[in-house]
Amino acid sequence: MLTIQEYVKAESLEQAYELNQKKTNRIIGGMLWMKMSPLNIRTAIDLSGLGLDQIEETPEEFRIGCMVTLRQLETHPGLAAYTKGSMKESLRHIVGVQFRNLATVGGSIYGRFGFSDVLTEFMALGAEVEMFQAGRMPLEEFAKLGYDKDILVRLILKKIPQDSVYLSMRNTRTDFPVLTCAVTRREGKTGVFIGARPGRAVAVYDADGLLKSGITDASSREFAAYAAEHIVTGSNKRAQAEYRTHLVKVLTRRACQQLGGEAK
Amino acid sequence: MKVTVTVNGRKIQEEIACDLLLIDFLRSHGCMSVKRGCETSNCGLCTVIMDGKPVLSCSVLTARADGHTVETLEGLQEEAEEFGAFIADQGAEQCGFCNPGFMMNALALFRENPDPDVDEIREYLSGNLCRCSGYEGQLRGILNFLEWKKEVKR
Repeated sequence: MLTIQEYVKAESLEQAYELNQKKTNRIIGGMLWMKMSPLNIRTAIDLSGLGLDQIEETPEEFRIGCMVTLRQLETHPGLAAYTKGSMKESLRHIVGVQFRNLATVGGSIYGRFGFSDVLTEFMALGAEVEMFQAGRMPLEEFAKLGYDKDILVRLILKKIPQDSVYLSMRNTRTDFPVLTCAVTRREGKTGVFIGARPGRAVAVYDADGLLKSGITDASSREFAAYAAEHIVTGSNKRAQAEYRTHLVKVLTRRACQQLGGEAK
Repeated sequence: MKVTVTVNGRKIQEEIACDLLLIDFLRSHGCMSVKRGCETSNCGLCTVIMDGKPVLSCSVLTARADGHTVETLEGLQEEAEEFGAFIADQGAEQCGFCNPGFMMNALALFRENPDPDVDEIREYLSGNLCRCSGYEGQLRGILNFLEWKKEVKR
């Protein structure tokens, strides 16, 4: 059971950061995952009074505050148009609307959970994170780091023209995914991003140029086999490593074919 | 800490423990329709509407509801009776345990999307688990209710 002794609605990021340096204090996002752990929190730090619950869209980028909910992302017309529906596809299978009205993008991304659809999708789209102390860095880099006491303030998604397709496999609807897969193509570079391996999402780029001459059934299969060779999978109660590796091939191929079809 | 929460139109001011969950706060104020099902934020039984949006009250701190508006089934009796009759007509539920959460989320759906298609209904209500039924009766009840609504408007 989660217990909290003190609750502070932060008045500034500086105050939140200072409070967060103490080991027994925690920043609470949607609190959905945190609630599952038997934590004794001295001070819960709430960022909901800092105006970080907005998606700002400019001609150049999306600036997504850490307290934006998954449902806001799912229903944002600008994000839907920019991602050609892949944003919604990555979110709509997560538990239910009531859950997604609470879960925050900051909690999902900072947690860097292996099972995260959100991490896979934002990594695939080439998002950056803005940390209070460490500043901006690519999410792909952030996803490799360990936990520290910094604060994820917002995500930044540059409007670089790109095509993206998101797919996931679940044993049953609304469950955690057995595998997540996003394929993106931007600035002439194609990559596949695989999460729920069950480890954190990782990227594999088409370094051998398998898709260079176009996405066909054959080149999709080749790239899918290449991805399966380079992505390490593991076993847990939802699936074995061998099955996941098979899924890497299937979902990567399907996503590539969908990408090729849409890009024609 | 002291919070002020508007529950079904009534402003409640109270001193609470920092880790008091909204579900327990609401139940202590007589909203017994709000129930715990799974404790893992998955079943949708504890659904309430906060500032117009359906949320899981088992996963929200009451502290977070400070200054906000919460609606439960107790405050939506008229809407609930009107819609509930269509669910009952189908004999859609067996034990009825999931009903309050289902009703709340269905009412939230109708507010957000007054004319949903079957896929939209299924998707919106996928976070409400019913272990007795296969959801078909509920779906028929919803479709009949929506049809009736349209006819009433004509």
